[in-house]
Amino acid sequence: MSSLELYPQDEKLPRGEHVAFNLYMITALLLFVLMMLLGLTMRMTQADWTPVQAAMFYKVMTMHGAGMVGTMSLASTAVMWFFLRKYVSLHLWAFLGNYVLFMLGALCIIWAVFVGNFASAWTFLYPLPVHSMGLWSNGTAAIFMLGYLLIGVGMLLFYLDAAAAIIRRYGNLARGLGLQWLFGGTIDPTHPKAVVAGTMVIIANSLGILAGAVVLVMCLINAYDPEVALNALVVKNLIYWFGHMVINATIYMGVIAVYELLPRYTGKPYGISRPFLWSWAASTVFVIIVFPHHLLMDYAEPRWMLVMGQIISYAAGFPVFLVTAYGVLTNIHRSGLRWKMPSMLAVLALFGWAAGIVPAIIDGTISVNRVMHNTQWVPGHFHFYLLLGVLPMILTLLYHVVGSRRRAPVNGGLDRAGLFLYVTGGIAFCMVFLYAGHMSVARRFAAHLPEWLPYDRAGSVAAMVLILGMLLFATRIIVGLLKAPIDADPAHPAG
Amino acid sequence: MVFQNVIWAITLTGMGLVALGFIYAIAQAGKPADTAEAERAHRTSISLRRALFAALLLLGIGIAWASLRPFPIPPQHQPLQAAQVVEVVGHQWTWDVSPTHLRADEPVEFRVTASDVNHGFAIYAPDGRIVIQTQAMPGFTNKILYTFRTPGTYRIMCLEYCGVAHNGMTAEFDVAAREDKS
Repeated sequence: MSSLELYPQDEKLPRGEHVAFNLYMITALLLFVLMMLLGLTMRMTQADWTPVQAAMFYKVMTMHGAGMVGTMSLASTAVMWFFLRKYVSLHLWAFLGNYVLFMLGALCIIWAVFVGNFASAWTFLYPLPVHSMGLWSNGTAAIFMLGYLLIGVGMLLFYLDAAAAIIRRYGNLARGLGLQWLFGGTIDPTHPKAVVAGTMVIIANSLGILAGAVVLVMCLINAYDPEVALNALVVKNLIYWFGHMVINATIYMGVIAVYELLPRYTGKPYGISRPFLWSWAASTVFVIIVFPHHLLMDYAEPRWMLVMGQIISYAAGFPVFLVTAYGVLTNIHRSGLRWKMPSMLAVLALFGWAAGIVPAIIDGTISVNRVMHNTQWVPGHFHFYLLLGVLPMILTLLYHVVGSRRRAPVNGGLDRAGLFLYVTGGIAFCMVFLYAGHMSVARRFAAHLPEWLPYDRAGSVAAMVLILGMLLFATRIIVGLLKAPIDADPAHPAG
Repeated sequence: MVFQNVIWAITLTGMGLVALGFIYAIAQAGKPADTAEAERAHRTSISLRRALFAALLLLGIGIAWASLRPFPIPPQHQPLQAAQVVEVVGHQWTWDVSPTHLRADEPVEFRVTASDVNHGFAIYAPDGRIVIQTQAMPGFTNKILYTFRTPGTYRIMCLEYCGVAHNGMTAEFDVAAREDKS
């Protein structure tokens, strides 16, 4: 069970870990701000407020998508590492190896987009990467895909190290997930939620990354030998299997921060229970098999897969609503919660996740998807649970770590102002997307119809407010992390 | 009633209920409970969670049943025997649509494919809202069965990103009132 002590000894960051954590998080914060500015550029272009040509718009769109997914993964991996290292023996070289491979992969992607003009969206749907109509070369597409491969290899390296550590400590991954207590037995109340969630992510996301590796290698072969033609539907299935799991894994890694930290601010224990274990076991299965909900408009897909996509989309809501969100609400209810930056961000994060999946689940209905798919409804719901869910989870940990330096939670006026701007801007930004989606405004358009411009302009203003809040967060946290003294006494068994 | 407006109302209701749950818990968060109150609240929360589980389960099963029967996608491997058939091929960055004059109140079968990359075949009604869509994929033909009720000019837009001129990939077709049938 997570500690109720605000700043326990086993979370200290001695030199190597301090440097690694700062590398991850400062890189991530800078990238978040940069990627948000790219997103703002897109909204302002659609609003007809900036003279960006279509070719540049789609390059920015590709960079924004790949950059945001990658940065979310990078930062949420650091969240998982931060807590998991307390319970199992992780190797610092694996964590740093992931960072180095991420940076090499990111350089490949940035080069492919801004030098090689690659603009195939982050989903690189075959055969668009090798069918650019002369805008980029197959070699450029290969560099982009090589970048993804490098990032995937880094993540696998970290997951393999974490899996080995969990197996060494608990015997196997099933015991890490707590499956031995699903049907009976006395649950060990000290079994950490970080281990349960971490094990789930290792299982699901390793499969997703392997699917990604398979499809990337297939596409790379095709890029150099077009005679080896690919089945566009099979490729699409693999890409969405990969993409869905990578982005969903960020939520499941990020939520560890809420599980670990929120009880310290409420003062109420938040131990594991059988419903909790059932929900994580079910989520492991759901997240692996729900990906066909991205292919509901591919009528050539086998019918059973489309039905599964809809039904599992519904089922996936149960663990979120009834266990995690409900668990957080019962933990804060009548608790005497201390409202500090980390606790406010943790509550916001769970709200963003739970509220954001409402339009996502609804869009998982085939008959709804027929009129909402690839409209702005889609960025509406995923921005909701990424901007107001996952990112606040990451910020929860960061503000907590900054507070641990001076042994007092952060609660400054500027930080609260940043939170106000971030929440108001974020909610407005996402709701404008959703409203525009229900009005059938297309996503991924460089230029919009005149009647769509009011939504784009409202969305642009909301994005500016949101980014102002994020700039405040990033500045305050980066200064806090850089000023933090290095802890001298490693109290945990990290390698 | 426009279908999307119904979805919008349902979504706002769902998100509003989630927000109410958070507002209630946040409003109570600053008032610490004593041991007896905490025990009572714990029992209530368990009962409430069971009730919510049952309610959501019934809702989910009901909606799944209602929305999947009949299955909203027509059979893809057998003749649809519609009175009107439209062949659609997506190319970077044009649509080949034939014929482009259709009649209202009679089923139309759209056979949608692509010659190069993935495209999204979406039909926008004269009021600017999507009425139906499918993917246009190289190597596959996706079939839509749809009956237009409102005469007018319908616009086709590509909703799957397909390259630099993606947003300009549009076409139009007309739907005439049934009495105009020649």
